[in-house]
Amino acid sequence: MVEVSAEVLAELELLKKENAKLRSQLDSQKSDKLPMSLQEFQRYGRQMIVEETSGIEGQLKLKNSKVLVIGAGGLGCPALLYLAGAGIGTIGIVDNDTVDNSNLHRQVLHDSSKVGMLKCESARQRINLLNPHVNVKTYPVRLDYSNAFTIFENYDYVLDCTDTPITRYLVSDVAVNLGMTVISASGLGSEGQLSILNFKNEGPCYRCFYPTPPPPNSVSSCQEGGVIGPCIGLVGTMMAVETLKVIYDIYTLENFKPFLMMYSGFPNQTLRTFKMRGRQNNCECCGLDPKITRAAIESGLVNYFEFCGSRNYNLCTDEERISSEIYKTEFIDCNEKDHILIDVRPRHHFNISHFNHAINIPVKELKGMKGSLDILKESVPNVSQDSKVIVLCRYGNDSQIATRLLKDEFKINDVKDVKGGFFKYIDEEDHSYPKY
Amino acid sequence: MVNVKVEFLGGLDAIFKKQRVHKLTLKKNNSDDEPVTVGDLIDYIVENMIEDKNDVEVFLQNGTVRAGILTLINDTDWELEGEKEYELEDGDIISFTSTLHGG
Ligand SMILES: [Zn+2]
Repeated sequence: MVEVSAEVLAELELLKKENAKLRSQLDSQKSDKLPMSLQEFQRYGRQMIVEETSGIEGQLKLKNSKVLVIGAGGLGCPALLYLAGAGIGTIGIVDNDTVDNSNLHRQVLHDSSKVGMLKCESARQRINLLNPHVNVKTYPVRLDYSNAFTIFENYDYVLDCTDTPITRYLVSDVAVNLGMTVISASGLGSEGQLSILNFKNEGPCYRCFYPTPPPPNSVSSCQEGGVIGPCIGLVGTMMAVETLKVIYDIYTLENFKPFLMMYSGFPNQTLRTFKMRGRQNNCECCGLDPKITRAAIESGLVNYFEFCGSRNYNLCTDEERISSEIYKTEFIDCNEKDHILIDVRPRHHFNISHFNHAINIPVKELKGMKGSLDILKESVPNVSQDSKVIVLCRYGNDSQIATRLLKDEFKINDVKDVKGGFFKYIDEEDHSYPKY
Repeated sequence: MVNVKVEFLGGLDAIFKKQRVHKLTLKKNNSDDEPVTVGDLIDYIVENMIEDKNDVEVFLQNGTVRAGILTLINDTDWELEGEKEYELEDGDIISFTSTLHGG
């Protein structure tokens, strides 16, 4: 063996250290030049190699974008997941609701262990697991005229995943005033609608399409009308697609044409694209002489509740209503046989669960009888104007309409509405009936 | 005389016996030549197709299609096509769809 002098060994050690230092300098120089971490390159590779995204350039647009999602429900859940997966840099979530068991058939970003948790918090946790590169901000508040601007101002794009006309007008109005593009969708039953509003502050807004709000009694919620999970989920997924296209600049002022997509899940799945009107000169918000300005909104001058109206459910006096407790103690428990219980829910609701002694006459059919006791007798043979009649529905709204009809048109004297309906009865008096 | 298809979407079929698509042959004043407009079609729907008169208000408001219902002529917003004045042609598809609000 050749003797190596200590001097040479020391020299070698120095050279090794020098080499390692240079290497690490080189490496950090390399990744300093990279606009994303190597991890991110790997993660987004499969979408960057789709040519239309413009590769790294498109990916950086996503990374630098701030997207606000209003509502983490049926539409928001899939939209949030796909936007997070795609690598949107900052995602804000506005929702003050908590996860309920009855949400989970469609709001599949949440899960059974999250019941009771704020939806925005549940969504944040799930997104962090899916993609730690996304910065998530949560706003557990109900969006209203006083907080909307301060929340919106931190973002570039808004997704309207809300569920009432009031918030839809508010989201659009605030976005127009801040020059933000809105990706807007809605759904009910097995159908959904989607459009892009105020595109680059030149496209039509929600008010251009709907200058007059719908009458309040024509508006159905998912809670009332029901909704098929994958149908609303598809529409939420389409919102994510549209958002990516807006950010990638696939839509431009030159090629963008206002549209409304309409998805139907049943009986055959169809997707139609309707060509829509452009921005309206006489629009109160985005037109030539706008009245719905930031100042007007923030001062509360634009009264959204008055504009959209609300359903008047106080159709019965206190004397015409009984509590579920009274119905239990004075009728059910006493085995009170001579009252007639009419359940006015739709038949498919009634079939899910009902009192055995109830007679089902949907409120619509009752209306159709036009006050004829003879027609009513076909369903309720022993009914007369002196009968003791109790009316029930799901939540105690339709039953008030029915109580009015039975008293005013059928001239039955003793009719009582059960306050809060069947569900309140189940909640407070008897948990053994299924709620849905 | 004109042959058209009428569609009721977004839950509006509820007041048309749950039937979404209807084929219609329309005539004005019993004449084969007089043009039939979308306004005439709306009158026809209200008079002949809505079975339960209580349901008229679901479709009509202040003499025109209710707020919250979009009217489309061959998949185009009727606002771009002359609204009620549009003269129907054979094969036209007129769609009425309720605006959905759920999310
Ligand atoms: Zn507008």
